[in-house]
Amino acid sequence: MGAENEPAAKGVPPWWRDRRVLPWVVQAVVGLLVLLLIAFLLGNLVRNLTAAGLLLSWRWLNQPASFGIAETIIPFDATMPYWRGLAAGLANTLRAVLLGLVGATILGTLAGMASFSRNGLLRGIARVYVEVIRNIPLLLQLVFWYFVVFLALPNGAAAVQIPGVVLAKSGLYLAGFEEGVRWTVPHLVNNVWQAPLRVSVEFGALLTGLIIYSGAFIAEVVRGGIAAVPRGQWEAASSLGIGWLATLRWIVLPQALRVIVPGLNTQYISLAKNSSLAVAVGYTDLYSVAETTLNQTGRAVEVYLILLGAYLGLDLLISLLMNGLNRFVQIRER
Amino acid sequence: MIRHPFTGLQQCGVVRKLGMALRRSLLWPLTALLAAQLAGCASDSGSGVQSQKMATINGRGKLVCGVDGKLPGFSFVGPDGAYTGLDVDVCKAMAAALFGDPGKVEYRDLNSSERFAALASGEVDLLSRNTTMTLSRDAPGGNGLSFGPTTFYDGQGVMTPVTSGIRTLKDLAGKPICVESGTTTELNLADRMRELDVAYTPLKFQTGDQTYAAYLGGRCIAVTSDRSQLAAKRTSFPSPDQHVLLPDVMSKEPLTPATVNGDPAWADAVRWTVYGLMQAEELGITKANVAEKLAEAKANPNQADLRRFLGVEGDFGRQLGLPSDFVVKSVAAVGNYGEIFDRNVGPGSKLKLDRGVNRQWTDGGLIYSPPFR
Repeated sequence: MGAENEPAAKGVPPWWRDRRVLPWVVQAVVGLLVLLLIAFLLGNLVRNLTAAGLLLSWRWLNQPASFGIAETIIPFDATMPYWRGLAAGLANTLRAVLLGLVGATILGTLAGMASFSRNGLLRGIARVYVEVIRNIPLLLQLVFWYFVVFLALPNGAAAVQIPGVVLAKSGLYLAGFEEGVRWTVPHLVNNVWQAPLRVSVEFGALLTGLIIYSGAFIAEVVRGGIAAVPRGQWEAASSLGIGWLATLRWIVLPQALRVIVPGLNTQYISLAKNSSLAVAVGYTDLYSVAETTLNQTGRAVEVYLILLGAYLGLDLLISLLMNGLNRFVQIRER
Repeated sequence: MIRHPFTGLQQCGVVRKLGMALRRSLLWPLTALLAAQLAGCASDSGSGVQSQKMATINGRGKLVCGVDGKLPGFSFVGPDGAYTGLDVDVCKAMAAALFGDPGKVEYRDLNSSERFAALASGEVDLLSRNTTMTLSRDAPGGNGLSFGPTTFYDGQGVMTPVTSGIRTLKDLAGKPICVESGTTTELNLADRMRELDVAYTPLKFQTGDQTYAAYLGGRCIAVTSDRSQLAAKRTSFPSPDQHVLLPDVMSKEPLTPATVNGDPAWADAVRWTVYGLMQAEELGITKANVAEKLAEAKANPNQADLRRFLGVEGDFGRQLGLPSDFVVKSVAAVGNYGEIFDRNVGPGSKLKLDRGVNRQWTDGGLIYSPPFR
């Protein structure tokens, strides 16, 4: 018996039948093909761009932009170079995304919680909100908020006024400290509102649209998370005499977070990407500046590389932070 | 010559056949690899004119023309779905010159931001979309377009409601102004206001519709664009007489049809078809009398200029890669330049613009066709 098996055990099989070698060979071939394809595509790009006289160049970034931007949070004027304009656009995008994230999270959490309320009216409102908003395209909503709601606001003295806050067609004006010391409320100068803090209606429309749209999706994520907590937890809390809100706050939500956070990640990333629809309502974000830059310089590939890099970086950053949060809220085995 | 669908590179001969075989098999992605060796292929021999673009257009059997589509007088879709306007007539003249049929045009509505990409990618053959000719748009290091003859000499203006109390550019200090992004007007506005040292708020929108909607919604006190465009848009406002153009002319805006750089034969065909419309006006050839003039030229061998112009003798058409009677066909389709102007933006239209600098050079204007020789 042993003598029969011996040749097979001793003899080394040819490499094309060797289970230890074969996977490596296949991987090497596939890897080589992928590398070749990438090299070909890059070579093709360079060759065609060279033929068209458009080889990648970044010198234009230092040339004066000579276009203006309506509202910026970092100083910018038309004499500054293109990269400053793009940076100002990125800052505007970040402002919209950051405030949008905070607003949508609060609204979505409230709406998600409300769908478990014992109050039927509140439950109904939450359901209608989610179903209506989820099923209408965001672009349509943004255009609605801007052209139908915000541009219908009155201007000048007829503007909506509550102490410290004025909402006019030209923007939202808030009271604040001027030059760091003097408390100033919005006031009219030559029939134009002046205030320490001003938000344009373009930004207002974008933010409103993003918060309400993303809020609906986040509400569903939160609802799913709460629903994933076993009923027994509610019943146990109830039997201990703990109220509805306290049960939610101290018992259900902490457990629901484990389910909510990964879903939130997706919604946050969508919100960041959706912010590029700002151009539809006249808000000058990164995409809008990039488009103007592209038209003035003709550097399509470079401008799109910058755009791709910026949005990819932003989304990866959000993912990174959310993954950190995810690890933090997971149950730690002891 | 055939272009690869993904890479846009030329293919020929054996390599092309191999490519076809591969494409039929499941290995079609590999055809991209093949395209690598193709750049050096010799071009098809045959007619004296070598134009990839014209071969594509002739193969397709129709011209794809990029227009605005929402600008009365220049390119506008009527209630019957038909395009009309000065820019549209340039497309029609070109189709008539190529195919003898002004209807063989497919129109693509383009906004000002996407127009150059559409032309560069070959999505449209001809961009006839009230586009200003500038150095950076023409230069190969910039947008890399190839411009034909200017079909409308315009200037940038500012429109504001009559009730706004604004009379000059300086009155716009601190005020929001609506402008379409990706236009020369956006830059001119910034330049002029900087010269005047007037701070203002530019509100940029991606499309003309959004820009004028925001203006009519009262978000901005003024809107800026080419004066002809402002006048054209005003005709579709609810109450056109409530809006006024400021007298200031902020820039030169020569509106010019464009083709992609790198195909001089196609650019020449467009250039001389448009010049043909201008020359026809100078010679008094109209849509109505072109057949009569042709008969006259055929009958009288002494009218050498007219005979050459109308293609009775000589080979101007063939030199351009067009039929010899391309001028006759295009004038018969849309009329001469003067007729096109009057019908679309002049006295025969709602815009009622004055010919102004767009008169023939013989009347002291800028419309001047080089000789057909």
